[in-house]
Order: sequence, then structure tokens, then C-alpha cells
Amino acid sequence: MDGRTRLVVIGNGMAGTKVVQEILSRDRERFHVVMFGSEPYGNYDRTLLSDVLTGSKDAKQIFLNSLDWYRDHNITLHAGMPATAIDRDNKIVRGGGIEESYDTLIIATGSRALVPPVKALEKIGVFVFRTLDDCQTIEAYARGCRRAAVMGGGLLGLEAARGLLSLGLQVTVVEMMPWLMAQQLDAEGGALLQRSMEQMGVQTLLGKTVTRALGGKRLTGLEFQDGTTLDTDMVVMSCGIRPNAELAERFGLAVDRGIVVNDRMQTSDPDIYAVGECAQHRGKLYGLVAPLYDQARVLAEHLTGVLSNGGYQGSRSITKLKVMGIQLVSMGDTIPSDPQDEVVSYVEPSRGVYKKMIIRNNRLAGATLLGETDTAGVLTQMFLLNAELPDRRADLLFGTSTGAPILSVFDLPDHAQICHCHGVTKGQIKEAIEFGKCRSVSQIGASTRAGTSCGGCKKLLEQFLEVYAGEVALDPAEHWYVPSLPMTRPELVAAIKAKGIKSVSALFRELNGGREEPSHKAALASLLKTIWAGEYEDERDARFINDRVHANIQKDGTFSVVPRIYGGVTSPAELRRIADVAERYQVPAIKLTGGQRIALAGVRKEQLPHVWKDLGMASGHAYTKAVRSCKTCVGSLFCRFGLGDSIALGIKIEKRFHGIETPHKMKLAAVGCPRNCAESTVKDLGAVAIEGGWQVYVGGGAGTRVRAADLLCTVKTHEEVLTYMGRFIQYYREHGKYMERAYGLVERVGIDELRELLVKDVEGIGARLDAEIERAVEARTDPWAEADAPVYPAQFGGPVLVELKR
Amino acid sequence: MEMKHASLEIVVPLGPVDAIPLGQGCTYVVDGCPIAVFRQRDGQLFATKNACPHRGGPLADGIIGGGKVICPLHGRQFDLKTGASVDGDYAVQTYPVRVEGGEIILTLA
Ligand SMILES: Cc1cc2nc3c(=O)[nH]c(=O)nc-3n(C[C@H](O)[C@H](O)[C@H](O)COP(=O)(O)OP(=O)(O)OC[C@H]3O[C@@H](n4cnc5c(N)ncnc54)[C@H](O)[C@@H]3O)c2cc1C
Ligand code: SF4
Ligand code: FES
Repeated sequence: MDGRTRLVVIGNGMAGTKVVQEILSRDRERFHVVMFGSEPYGNYDRTLLSDVLTGSKDAKQIFLNSLDWYRDHNITLHAGMPATAIDRDNKIVRGGGIEESYDTLIIATGSRALVPPVKALEKIGVFVFRTLDDCQTIEAYARGCRRAAVMGGGLLGLEAARGLLSLGLQVTVVEMMPWLMAQQLDAEGGALLQRSMEQMGVQTLLGKTVTRALGGKRLTGLEFQDGTTLDTDMVVMSCGIRPNAELAERFGLAVDRGIVVNDRMQTSDPDIYAVGECAQHRGKLYGLVAPLYDQARVLAEHLTGVLSNGGYQGSRSITKLKVMGIQLVSMGDTIPSDPQDEVVSYVEPSRGVYKKMIIRNNRLAGATLLGETDTAGVLTQMFLLNAELPDRRADLLFGTSTGAPILSVFDLPDHAQICHCHGVTKGQIKEAIEFGKCRSVSQIGASTRAGTSCGGCKKLLEQFLEVYAGEVALDPAEHWYVPSLPMTRPELVAAIKAKGIKSVSALFRELNGGREEPSHKAALASLLKTIWAGEYEDERDARFINDRVHANIQKDGTFSVVPRIYGGVTSPAELRRIADVAERYQVPAIKLTGGQRIALAGVRKEQLPHVWKDLGMASGHAYTKAVRSCKTCVGSLFCRFGLGDSIALGIKIEKRFHGIETPHKMKLAAVGCPRNCAESTVKDLGAVAIEGGWQVYVGGGAGTRVRAADLLCTVKTHEEVLTYMGRFIQYYREHGKYMERAYGLVERVGIDELRELLVKDVEGIGARLDAEIERAVEARTDPWAEADAPVYPAQFGGPVLVELKR
Repeated sequence: MEMKHASLEIVVPLGPVDAIPLGQGCTYVVDGCPIAVFRQRDGQLFATKNACPHRGGPLADGIIGGGKVICPLHGRQFDLKTGASVDGDYAVQTYPVRVEGGEIILTLA
């Protein structure tokens, strides 16, 4: 033996594995770890079993740790090997002929489905829903069935019902209580949920107790207490859970309903600990992942000798229903228990929306969000932190009218848990963004697992990205063009036209009582410019610095300059000139950009006009929210696969549309064949040559989000490509929200609708769009011309030096 | 430069107010310390240290209005009167500033 402490864990489910992970992350050397697991697998995310049942996830996709993981971490795993005896005197665990001695033992045996006293239940066609194997047997049996019943209308029962529905069965949920999810919902919420389930196709039978299973060897139906019956081919039981505490009890540990533990998760034997659903802490049993992860963390801290905060204090639980098409989050109390309790609720039956908060001493004692859960992340945090609530209660249910976050993610302490499914804290998420360079919700998920189970924290993750990834992201209230003006884009456009408003300051004056809102200036400027084109009164203070000086601001306040190189095709003379300028101005960095251009980075503001003049090239828009460059591959000119002249097309595209302002940046590409070397299908707009013509793709992206573009149309000539691209750009200019990427628009409007509008031209807007984009092309000027004639004296002014004369 | 009331205040004239474009900011490096002076459209002047407390962004290049400035690097907002950030725990140093006879007068404590 290597002298390390021997740690044996019984149960390699969610809690058991989590403790081991937490221990390893704190101290890799201290323990020699051995695990017994009665399931023949590594460790998987049990909460995703319903996705496996619905077929939306493959069993492989829910594994948290494969068998390799155990091997890589030198953990001995006896998979498919239940532990059957604990010899406490000799400190040995036995199972399947194997003996493992321990210094420290952790029991994490979880629980099993509770089987209620129903007569004649031992039949073929009766299932529980707990493990991956259960999932697979249910699915296999369901293939031969038409009708299924689920016993139990709780969280799990409803998920199971949804799963069975997607296997093509007629499903009935049978519930003893008068409404669904009685633990988490009041009667009113339960009734709305019932309606949503029924609209989805799931029948419900409430207030019914099953007393007998009908049929011979095979189940054919259920009989209820009131004598009525239900015909069904199979039944899935979901009536609650029972801790697997028998093993502990048999070998003398204190067991009540579960294995009794103290705040260190220690059982009545000081060398034996218990975590997870099998454990009972301060009289409570927990049946959700978040509390188990809390327990696992505390135990790991204790075993590695760094217990903070005095141990496990119990958890507040939050439930999220993961039934496709139904949004439900519930936490804490469902009904007031104190006469002083403040109850705030909102019901909108036609949309199945029900929101309710129970407020005690200005803190959240409980909340239910059904049908619309936008503010769930924030409520969850307020609930968990037991934070004082803001005065405007409505904001908590609907979000603020300004779109500002109710609870700034800044204000959360680093230890605040954000993803409750995987126990990920704010500190870990910040690290993933700042050091791990995560730039999207899914990247954060890949690196920390946050947001990968129930998805309830995704909104918060977006906020963290905005705050810590350093993206200047405005967050307009869903339907208003800008959050401070309660007007949708069409309403705003109508008001602007009616009053003839041509500048941003006039707009604040006319429509906002003279109140300026700096965060909306750029958005309003963009809108005014699209409406008035040449007549727009350009006020430079409404522009972002990049658009005041026509270069991209860098982290140290210097700028990068990207001369325009159409289609990415240049010449020795141009290259020489760029090199000369770089040398002359001692540009600190020369970088080939991701868009096939050359960036001169680190140019000071006051150098900009000189750099441009010496370059003598047009401005490459690597800054404005506008059409940028068009990447190209070598295409038929040189490539042996090339089917079309992508270089010529790319240059034409870029020459025609570059610099045209759009709601967000637009990236383009043209490629010579479907091998797609310049990545047209992850661009906002792309062209792909095929035998005999070109495909036009719209709505791709590979930035904060990755999205494959949709095919808009297939045409024969370069000219047609330009026409449809122009139409799409103009449509996006008119219908995109400010800061909404083209892919956002494509998803919002739908590619089919876009084809109808832009290609089939069913509404006859094509000619107008063509004319508008032509007008925009003609109105375009090269911003770098301002090098010769600054719009105002300080435009390229450097800092003014002031000496103090003492 | 002139001394007032024999206090430790240092009053620094920065030149004509017209040098700052309406609705924007300019950087003045006073004795080595970069200070941003903003001229709001309604004529109000504000001055702050020209370094965002988040990552040192040049606030003078930000967008201003309604008594606030937005840092051009990551969009944090600051109240120009108090320097407090609108949505976080940061605060930027502010300085008293006024116009006298068309000239900007900055006071350093
Ligand atoms: C379908 C489904 C959906 C769920 N959805 C959610 C959800 O959305 N959100 C949420 O928070 N929670 C959800 N839960 C609950 C969550 O999965 C459990 O709370 C969690 O898995 C409990 O972890 P555990 O480690 O205590 O038990 P388990 O994960 O059940 O692990 C215990 C393991 O120990 C093994 N074991 C038992 N006895 C022995 C023995 N003698 N020897 C060796 N091994 C043994 C068991 O086979 C099992 O693998 C869901 C549960 C199910 C079944
Ligand atoms: S996309 Fe096709 S034509 Fe273009 S370089 Fe690649 S293989 Fe050649
Ligand atoms: S430096 Fe100002 S917001 Fe980051």
C-alpha cells in the first residue's frame, strides 16, 4: 500500500462522483479512491434521463464521467457491483466477492422509486423510472403499446409522460392529489399546468388513487379507489422516492427515513459519511441535484481539511420542470404561512402564464413562474441569497421596463452558485470567461458544465458574458427599439417621420422630454440614418468612438487600421505601401485578420489621418456596424476543384456593399465550390459556387454563437447573387433590431418567410428593396476622406498637455 | 495658475471651452495625470480621471449624455457628478470644473 488514506465510496451516482471530483480538485494525493457502483456504467447525469426517453438525447450524451475518467484518475471502480456488507469492526466493504478496506467510507447509494401498495402489481408492463436501464426497458416495451399511464403527477411523472408521448403513445397521468405538482404549485398554478399538459396531448386524472393493477401476466389496466378503471398497456410509476438506507441500517448506522448525518455529513460512525438522496440532514431528505452538490462540496472540504463556513446548513430547493414546451420554475413556499406575508401574483390564463411570489420581511419566501420564466435566474439568486427585494415587485416578475438587470451580476459574491444543476459558482464562470476565454453560453457550458442540464441559468450566463467578456452589448427591452423609449421600431419610425426628426438630439427633445440617454444614442443614430439617408443630420457625439475616428479602439486606447483589400486580393505595390506606412509610424503590431485583411494595430488617434493619407487606400470597415469584408477562396481561377470564379464575385460583392450600415456587423464570403474553404456557410451572407451557378446563404455566424447559414436561393449569375444579397441586406437594415446579427433576424423571421419575401417576392417589395440598397450604395462616401477635412477640429486630437506652473 | 483662499486647491485653466466638441469629451494631461473633460449638449461641464476603474478605458472617448458617460471599452456607465458606476461597485475620480469667460477652469484638490 502506498500509505495514502483509503477512501471507499458506495454508489457512483451524482452525489458520490461529485464528492470524489471535489476531493480531487482540492487534493489529488491524499486518497486512494475505490468506488462500488451497482450500475454497469461510469457516471451519468440522471436528470437528463427524460431527454433520453424522449429521444432528444442519446444515452452517450448524458455521461458525466466515462469509465476512462476513473482510470485516468486512478480510481478503482467496481462497476455493476453492488456493495452488500460493511464490516465496521475491520473497516472492510464487501460486494460480489470483492473486499476493499477503508479508512474513510462514504455512502452515496441514492434512492429508488417508491412503490405504493397497489394490489396485483407484479405484472409485465409495470415500470419504475430511475436509471438508464429503466429508460431503455421502458422504451423497448413502449414499442408494442398504444396507451400508457403514469402514476404520479409530480415533476418526474410529468417528464415521464412527455417522454412516453414522444414515443407515440396515448398518455394519461394519474394523480392522487386534486392538482398536479402539488409540492411545488398551488391549486391555481396546478390547474394552469394541467391545461398546458392537456394541450400537449397528455390526459390527466386527478384525485384518483390506484388500488389494483388489472390483467393477467401482462398489465391491461388500472382500478381506482372509486371503482372506476382505466385501460392501459403499460404503467410507469413515479410516486416519490425512498432512500437506499437498508445497507447502512443493516450494519448498525443510525437511520431514520434516511441515513442520519450531521453538518459534516458524518453518520453515527465517525469514519462513515453519507451524501445525496440516501442521507437525512436535520430531519430533511433532498431529492434534487443542487443540494446534493452542496453536500458533496462540504464533505470534500471536510475530508481535505479546509472546511469553511461551519459545514452544511441545509439547502433551499428550487425546482424546474424540464418538459418541452412548458416553462415552470418553483422555489420555496407556495402559499403564505404568516398573516404578514405579502403575496404578489399575476395570471394570464389564455397564454398559460401564472406568476406568484410570497414575500416575507421584504425577502423572497417562495416563487412560482409558469409559462414565462424570464426572471427565474434573478429570482433564484434573490431566493438563495435571501436578499432584500427591490421596491418594484413587478420587475421581479416581468423584468425592468428599461431592460436594466434587476440584480446586477456584479453584485453577486464570487461564491454565489449560478448553475444549480452542476453547482457552478460565479467565481468559476468568471474564470471561464476571463482566463478560459469562453465567449458563448455553450463554451461556458463545455468548460464548467453550467447551463447544460436544465438551462435555467442561461440568461444569467449571458449577462456574465456581456459583463466579463467585454462585449459592448446593449440590451433593448424585447420589443422596443431602445429600452428607454416605449416604442417598437415601427412606432418609433412613424413618430420620427411624423415630426420630421433628423438628429439624435432632436429626437431626445421631441420624444423623450429632453432627457438624453447615452446608451441609446448610437442605436438611434443608426435608425435615423436608415430612415433619412443623405438628409440625416449627423451629430458626431451620437457615434461610438470607432465611428468618430473610423478605426477600431483597442484595449489600451490606441486604434487599429485595416486598409481595404477587396476580396482579399492585393498587389506588390499595395503590400509595399502598407509595409512602408507600418515602418514610418512604428506600428507596434501587424496582423493578418480573420477576414483575410491586414491590420495595423496600436496606432494613436492623432496618427490616424496621417496613416490613412500615406496608405492611400479606402477604409476597411473593421469597426462600424456595417457590411465588412468578403472573404474568398482561390476558386476556379487556380483551384483544381473550383466551379465558379469566387475571387471575381467576392470583389464585386465587397465593392458593391462595403461600408453600408446595418444593425450589426455583417461578414461575407464567396467560395468556388462546396468545399467551402473561405467558410461561406458561417457568414452572415455567403455565396457558394455549384455546378452551373451559385447558392446564396444567409444567417450564418461563428462568433459568440455558431450557426450554420440557411440557403436563400440558387441562381445562375454573379449579377443575380448581387441582387439577392442586396435585397437581404436592405431587408435586414429595415427589420433587424439594433445589435441583432443577421442570424438573429433569420431565426426570428424564418428562412421560409424570407424566401417568400425576397425570392418569390410575394408581397412585391423586391423592386423597392433593390432601389433602396442602390440609394444606400450611392450615398456612401469613404470615411477616410475625413483625414483631409476633419468634421470638427478635435476629431483626431490627441491629449492636450497642461503644465502646472508652481 | 492662481491660488484661492490659501487652501490646497489648485485651479488650472485648460483653455477655451469650444475646443471640446459639443456632446463629447477631451483629454487633458495635467501635470502627467490624464483628465477627461466632458461638455454635455446642455452646456454642463464634467471632469473625471481619464481611466475607467474597470480596465483603464479612456473615458474621454466614451459616449455621454444625461449626466453619464459610457466607457468605450466594455460599456460600464458612470455618473459624471459623483463618479459612481451605474451598475457596479466601481467609482471614478471626479473633479470640479466650470467655465469662466469662455475658458475651462479645473480644480484639483
Ligand atoms: C428521471 C429523473 C429526472 C430527474 N430530474 C431532475 C432535475 O431536473 N433536477 C434535479 O435537481 N434533480 C432531478 N432528478 C433527481 C436527481 O437525479 C437525484 O437527486 C440525484 O441523482 C441523486 O443523486 P445521488 O447520488 O444521491 O443518487 P443517484 O444518482 O441515484 O446515485 C446513487 C447510485 O448508487 C447506486 N447504488 C445504490 N445502492 C448501491 C450499493 N449497495 N452499492 C453500490 N452502488 C449502489 C445506484 O445504483 C446509483 O447509481 C431526477 C431524477 C430522475 C430519476
Ligand atoms: S472552396 Fe472549392 S474552389 Fe474554393 S479553394 Fe476550396 S476547394 Fe477550391
Ligand atoms: S475599461 Fe471601462 S468598462 Fe472596461
